[in-house]
Amino acid sequence: MASIQYREIDGRSGGYAALLAVLGALIIAGLAAAWTMEHHGHHITGMSNRIVWGIPHVFAVFLIVAASGALNVASIASVFGRELYKPLARLSGLLAVTLLAGGLAVLVLDLGRPERLIVAMTHYNFKSIFAWNIFLYTGFFAIVALYLWTMFERRMNRHSARMGLLAFVWRLVLTTGTGSIFGFLVAREPYDSALLAPLFIVMSFSFGLAIFVLVLMAGCRWTGRALGDVVLNRLRNLLGVFVATVLYFVAVHHLTNLYIARQHELERFLLWEGGIYTALFWLGQILIGGILPLALLYGTASRRALVAAALGVIVGGLAQVYVLIIGGQAYPQLLFPGKEVRSSFFDGVVASYAPSLPEVALGVGGVALALALTAVALKVLPFLPRSLADGDIAAAAA
Amino acid sequence: MTRIAAGIIAAMLAVAGAADTPGRAAGRVALPVIKIEKGEACVAPTAQMRRDHMQMLLQQRDLTLHQGIREPRFSLKNCIDCHASRKTGSVLGKDGFCSSCHAYAAVSIDCFECHSPLRQAQAAARP
Amino acid sequence: MNPDRRQVLAWGAAATAAALAPGLRLVELAQARSPQEAASKLQRWGLLIDITKCGECDACVTACHEENGITSNARPATDAQWIRKVSLRDTRTGYAQTLPLMCQHCEHPPCVDVCPTGASFKRADGIVLVDKHTCIGCRYCVMACPYAARSFVHETVSGQKADVPRGKGTVEACTLCVHRVDRGATPACVEACGRDGGGAMAFGDLNDASSAIHRRLKSEPSSQIRADLALNTGVRYQGL
Repeated sequence: MASIQYREIDGRSGGYAALLAVLGALIIAGLAAAWTMEHHGHHITGMSNRIVWGIPHVFAVFLIVAASGALNVASIASVFGRELYKPLARLSGLLAVTLLAGGLAVLVLDLGRPERLIVAMTHYNFKSIFAWNIFLYTGFFAIVALYLWTMFERRMNRHSARMGLLAFVWRLVLTTGTGSIFGFLVAREPYDSALLAPLFIVMSFSFGLAIFVLVLMAGCRWTGRALGDVVLNRLRNLLGVFVATVLYFVAVHHLTNLYIARQHELERFLLWEGGIYTALFWLGQILIGGILPLALLYGTASRRALVAAALGVIVGGLAQVYVLIIGGQAYPQLLFPGKEVRSSFFDGVVASYAPSLPEVALGVGGVALALALTAVALKVLPFLPRSLADGDIAAAAA
Repeated sequence: MTRIAAGIIAAMLAVAGAADTPGRAAGRVALPVIKIEKGEACVAPTAQMRRDHMQMLLQQRDLTLHQGIREPRFSLKNCIDCHASRKTGSVLGKDGFCSSCHAYAAVSIDCFECHSPLRQAQAAARP
Repeated sequence: MNPDRRQVLAWGAAATAAALAPGLRLVELAQARSPQEAASKLQRWGLLIDITKCGECDACVTACHEENGITSNARPATDAQWIRKVSLRDTRTGYAQTLPLMCQHCEHPPCVDVCPTGASFKRADGIVLVDKHTCIGCRYCVMACPYAARSFVHETVSGQKADVPRGKGTVEACTLCVHRVDRGATPACVEACGRDGGGAMAFGDLNDASSAIHRRLKSEPSSQIRADLALNTGVRYQGL
């Protein structure tokens, strides 16, 4: 283990400056969008009284879920003792923090009164899952920061396994909390299922690893670090298992709904006649986010296929969260069983939603923030090993 | 070295002292307009109102909203009824009772994003 | 008068009320509380709506929005609606009905459970309200409400009523006209329905055995919307 050598990235190239410039521009656009939404009110967005959570929440939930999943590589190294993953653990911890920061920034900037964020820190309703999550998120930052410290500081290395275990348990609870935001909504048929908590956990494994793989490959390539096939093939197999697990949980979720007569209409909407949501489910979530990555991961051994598969998982994941959050709200709430319902408040009809530019800019700004924080951290502290070539890894693991 | 530092500090103190002189301050920032057109006395002595009006409003606000205690004397509505300008009917605006003093003290208030700043009579007359 | 003295007076008023209570309680509850008296757990305000008397009018909606200063910006998807008329048609028989729907003032309100800051709360007398001073505009309560009864204020509001503060970026819903209830009056929708509509709506204290609403609930059939959720709503319907 002592033989792994970490180095900051150089960060003086034109490419690095250009990357930060692009990400910075996207962050500024996101902030401008948030200010515009705040100034004019949310009526300038596609959100309405029927679709109260829109694109910003899709990005925020995706990033928060992916954040906890990005920590998995570190967990595998310190909790499950796989030495091969140890050189990747620091980057894994870093991404967990930056992705969460990006997601939370989006969530907070979309609030109706973001300037009152302090109220959320001083007034708590402990029955609210949101209130639990405030503790889970801040706790996650603190625990992962300490965990990273045990990895960086040689004298603290011996505590790394225990911190890793704590971080692993915490991240499972955190994702359970995120899934329960929706799972505990008894009033809405598309949510209201305890299955959403474990579904969110496997989603986090998959999304987080996909982002980790892409950042790792980009980081190694752009800084001229060797990245051996042994490591990549491990990650490739792992991603395949996670993608398949997500498909399994999605199948179980829909099959339970198909068994329950009360939920038949909902399934007809989601799987068959829901228009954009049905299309996003089958083409985005299942095909691009599930079947295609599986074929690419297990069908070929090329690095390009791995990159394509990881991109597919991310695109499919965004589609999945979109269908869940927006499709789940668009589907009319059941107030009067056996009746056709009509009103001025759009009762009984599928709500329409068209994302607006400010919303998308805010969401993309969150992604840019996460990536920019990562890029800066890589330059400031030695997160990446000097080499991940097969020989170096084997020597380190031995 | 020490002498230069002492000199700089002395100069800064002198400038700060000059800025604190009331006459000069009034020249730069307009003094608040305190024109009360109705009633002889407020619900508490002036000194206490100046110091504590925010606590009184805050306490009354929570009592009213959460417990339904609508003590009329201490309600924001009652404040506005006396303190709104007879001309505009409002506590806001350039010479508004609330806004002119808060502008002077550089303390922003959030009350009137939701609450009506108008006297009841005026409020009722609006379409 | 300083705040402390005010507090003593309030306690005095409460003590007097308590001392008089045994004999006067039933009569007293039907009338307004004194302004110094806090809303009491002994009461549970609610509505009983007989939809067989509810016709194709919207007197309740107009009256509510007039009373509470709810103005339209001609953007139906984002405009606030505290009460709405819902038309029902049986999918098999075509039997048509119409009814007013608003916050159901649940005993176990999901909006209160999910609110992270406690801005959504239930008053002692059962009225569910939003404390807009602590609402951060997260809209989780809108997600949680089974009745779609809540609106998010999507744009700047002006010309508010003195008794009904409203502002951009917070969530709001029917308050059961709490400002009227506190002075002993009935909600604006109930008054308008009795005056201009079919007289379908009744307001009262569900706990008060001598109230008309209590007697009717005791002797006539009634139902709750989404009774399966066991939220024990304060708004009950007849003829549904």
